[in-house]
Amino acid sequence: MTARSELLERHAFKPIEAVYWLLLLAVFFAFPSYLAIATTVVIMSLFALSLDLVLGFAGIVTLGHAAYFGIGAYTAALLAFGGFHEPISDALLSGLAAAGLALVIGPALLLLDGLPLIMVTMAISAILFEAANKASWLTGGDDGLRDFEFSPVFGLFRWSVYGQTSYLYALGWLAVLFVLVRRIVSSPFGVALQGIRENRARMRLIGSPVVGHLVRAYVISAFMAGIAGAIHAQTNKFVSLEVLSIDTSVDAVVMLVLGGIGRLYGGLIGAPVYILVKHFAAEWNPYHWMFIIGALLIVAVRFVRGGLLGILGRIGAWLASLGGARKP
Amino acid sequence: MDALLSSLSFITLYGVSYGVVLFTISIGLVVTMGLMRVINMAHGAFAALGGYLAVSLMNAFSVPFAIAVPAAVLAVALFSVLIERLFYVHIYTATELDQVLLTVGLAYVAIAGLNLAFGPNVFPGQLPRVLTANVDLGLRTFQVYRLFLIAVGFLLVVLLWYLFDRTSFGARLRAAVDNRTMAQAIGIDVPKLFSLVFAIGSGLAALGGAIGYAIFPLEPIYPLKYLVLVLIIVSLAGFGNIKPAVGVAVFVGVVDTACRYLFPSVGAFIIYAILIGLIIYKHAGVFTRGSSS
Repeated sequence: MTARSELLERHAFKPIEAVYWLLLLAVFFAFPSYLAIATTVVIMSLFALSLDLVLGFAGIVTLGHAAYFGIGAYTAALLAFGGFHEPISDALLSGLAAAGLALVIGPALLLLDGLPLIMVTMAISAILFEAANKASWLTGGDDGLRDFEFSPVFGLFRWSVYGQTSYLYALGWLAVLFVLVRRIVSSPFGVALQGIRENRARMRLIGSPVVGHLVRAYVISAFMAGIAGAIHAQTNKFVSLEVLSIDTSVDAVVMLVLGGIGRLYGGLIGAPVYILVKHFAAEWNPYHWMFIIGALLIVAVRFVRGGLLGILGRIGAWLASLGGARKP
Repeated sequence: MDALLSSLSFITLYGVSYGVVLFTISIGLVVTMGLMRVINMAHGAFAALGGYLAVSLMNAFSVPFAIAVPAAVLAVALFSVLIERLFYVHIYTATELDQVLLTVGLAYVAIAGLNLAFGPNVFPGQLPRVLTANVDLGLRTFQVYRLFLIAVGFLLVVLLWYLFDRTSFGARLRAAVDNRTMAQAIGIDVPKLFSLVFAIGSGLAALGGAIGYAIFPLEPIYPLKYLVLVLIIVSLAGFGNIKPAVGVAVFVGVVDTACRYLFPSVGAFIIYAILIGLIIYKHAGVFTRGSSS
């Protein structure tokens, strides 16, 4: 295998991945009464996947990605109020709105790295949150937006009370965008992003347009985050300020860390684990929940390299070495 | 004319005293980040701890303000050495992301702990009567508390300047900031220096929390609530530089106060917009030689 094809095929499809997608489908039939939370899992998986593209693959450390999730959610709701009820094009337009903001901010933002980058991403997200809070004539302020409607998906599938349509609709988006991300990280552009993550100075020295690549990745990621936000608005029929809060950004980062940063399935594995733990801790008060996240983060950094997927990978390597020892 | 002068003096005094509290909390981070190169998102937790400790000493044991504050600062400084030895030593050479994650984790645990110990609401603390009194400065009357904060800030700047520029400890510290390997090679015990500086940095944060609770109310979310402002000040001041930190913090205090006072509806955004512009100007090298990307 040449070095070139090895780089490009590092994230190629493996048969075991089918298990993951079949499990998501099985949820639809096995837990019909839990589809609301399952839909949340799928939406947050998509949001975490969008973050993985910039944080995991391009090494852009951001704590403000909720800005794009929130823009997507508010755009989707506001379009519906404006009389635009077709869900798929509504989500695409919401994604474009988020991507537009990223395109404006990106070229200046991505000149930064390290602490200044983290700060500015947090500050921009804080500004948007405050702006949405103040502009209550547009966003409903603290009360949020509700009572907007969408027409059936493809004109056929009505939004049912039990959330069957919502779940499959969100799952469809996740599958499509997942294929897109796989294509990106397996392309020469994606490999260049990973090069920038590993050594920004060296990539610049070999003539790679570092900032241009980063801006492209950032805009694509914002587009996906905007779509995730739009699906959130469409399936919940409710948008609150929370979609723009720093907690939403941190949530996505924690999901990625739990699952494994810089791996295609990092967010897709981390999101269900995170949301299920949070759901079952929900009877506690939210501050006690922060104990758990805090402790999880500390443990993840100190002891668990590469998240759950890292652990699985090491178990796999260990099993393989056992097998290798048996037949010399 | 009188109204204008009165507004101006209000903005100056309130802005500067607000800036002084920001400076007191930030300067600890400027120093520790300069020496250790650790992005410490849990710094605000030490400030919160200082505030809570000082106020509960006053409330529960009626310890006077003048004793409660130093006691809280000392306790937090000692406690922080323990935390440094337990957690921070492991991330000195880690990636930025790992540093952010671990310290955000610590901040979350602190928030949960504060809620458990003191409840979810604002923790009310009374200032001593001397400080709540009003004094007439000619243009209008001001709370003594504001003047007290400015005096503390001034004293702190002089003390820190002396400590860093005029003592052998300061010289060793600056050597280690500039070139850690070389400093170690000539026999400076850098790990010990780290612990000591971390204690000073956290103690300063605790001081900010303990004297500033009338401006920054104590609540469980405190460790993260003011973090963005503090971290922006740090990234503008640069690692390990005290003098710019004073300027930036006071600038933030005055501009923020002025904007909130003059344009109440949009005031909160202006300071963030200015600061984002400044950070990009300073770090992205838009107008300087040698771009950073």
